[in-house]
Amino acid sequence: MPKEQANWSPYDNNGGSCVAVAGADYCVIAADTRMSTGYNILTRDYSKICKLADKCVMASSGFQADVKALQKHLAARHLIYQHQHNKQMSCPAMAQLLSNTLYYKRFFPYYSFNVLGGLDNEGKGCVFTYDAVGSYEKVGYSSQGSGSTLIMPFLDNQLKSPSPLLLPAQDAVTPLAEAEAIDLVKTVFALASERDIYTGDKLEIVVINADGIRREYMDLRKD
Amino acid sequence: MFRNQYDTDVTTWSPAGRLFQVEYAMEAVKQGSAAIGLRSKTHVVLGCVNKANSELSSHQKKIFKVDDHIGVAIAGLTADGRVLSRYMRNECINYSFTYESPLPVGRLVVQLADKAQVCTQRSWKRPYGVGLLVAGLDESGAHLYYNCPSGNYFEYQAFAIGSRSQAAKTYLERRFENFTDSSRDDLVKDAITAIRETLQGETLKSSICTIAVVGVGEPFHVLDQGTVQQIIDTFEIAAEQEDPATEPDAATGQEAATEQGTAADQGGSTDEGAAPMDI
Repeated sequence: MPKEQANWSPYDNNGGSCVAVAGADYCVIAADTRMSTGYNILTRDYSKICKLADKCVMASSGFQADVKALQKHLAARHLIYQHQHNKQMSCPAMAQLLSNTLYYKRFFPYYSFNVLGGLDNEGKGCVFTYDAVGSYEKVGYSSQGSGSTLIMPFLDNQLKSPSPLLLPAQDAVTPLAEAEAIDLVKTVFALASERDIYTGDKLEIVVINADGIRREYMDLRKD
Repeated sequence: MFRNQYDTDVTTWSPAGRLFQVEYAMEAVKQGSAAIGLRSKTHVVLGCVNKANSELSSHQKKIFKVDDHIGVAIAGLTADGRVLSRYMRNECINYSFTYESPLPVGRLVVQLADKAQVCTQRSWKRPYGVGLLVAGLDESGAHLYYNCPSGNYFEYQAFAIGSRSQAAKTYLERRFENFTDSSRDDLVKDAITAIRETLQGETLKSSICTIAVVGVGEPFHVLDQGTVQQIIDTFEIAAEQEDPATEPDAATGQEAATEQGTAADQGGSTDEGAAPMDI
């Protein structure tokens, strides 16, 4: 008797793409606002971006129920941190917390593919990219989600510094100015919307810099 | 106090039907430095006197933020107070997580009271030695509660606990009927004046008192020293300008006050040691 397979899964994939780019004194985090299931669209207007701390924002694609639970969990932990330390969590601290939180559920993971973006303690932009169980790395730019296979090679082509084996390792942050980085992100999502069926509708862009956090929107293809 | 043969265990009743250990715990509250609270329809103000072990040390933290809409001032064993504050913060976070809305103040104080009661009915525990003034805002309005070590709690318009709190209570008793409709700033002024009553002669400076406010559109926060000092200075200015008159006559004192146009300052000023001005 061949083994029976479960015909119910606790997970679902709601699709969508996320991108983050770090600059010398800013960070751009962006995600589309389409939420799908299978070949259907659930809504065209769902935000995948969550502000975790003053200078720290997370964008997550994957199973949005898990994403929501993860965001609530991190928000509660941040409150406890504020009570104990009398200050906001820094982006690198939140990055470590996110990693630990994800690994805590190593054997029933959060189906959530995250990019964390913000300013570190010196005001420099930083981006951290994760897998579903918490493996993370500080990088200058990253993308996750259904469109990441289309977006990442493009970002590599535009932003990647030469291999550290050939030249001394360079700073992770991109040399681009803030406006150029935002333009790049808009291009990248227009690119992904063309070929990825799960990416489209609207683009939400969050920019963090010394002045604070601001939000921008841009329309994407609705098909 | 007096030694009794029924006061060794918290689980031993006295023949008169009292639990002495619990009453001794309430004594600990009376020995702590003063904390006061007062509320209007839309705001609640907490104030406390800062006590430092010596000139070299920093003062005890006695006011804690529990959530955006709740704060607490403690008197008594501050270590117990810290632990209870941590409990309250946890409860608020868990409630928010589950219900996505702020924990109603009335619920929190009941949970706190039940927690305190447990310690009065276990032979291996002791009652918490701290009194808590819980100030909070929820859908039903602004609230001020007092939680005892005994596990009782009461709601108040205004209250004072700790050492020399009777002086503050007398002041508050005289003024409390006006508090419901007080403005936020007047409430803060009244709080500072009440604190001054407990100092009984000591000069009032922003370094020896802490004030915190929570209200509609205003999350719980501690006022910074600069702001508090400014408010204290408006009292002192009125006092200095009355000194040249040096009339013990209350009527003349009031005339002088209105002359300077400090009508807004209802707290007024007093000679050191004299009873507060009757408005």
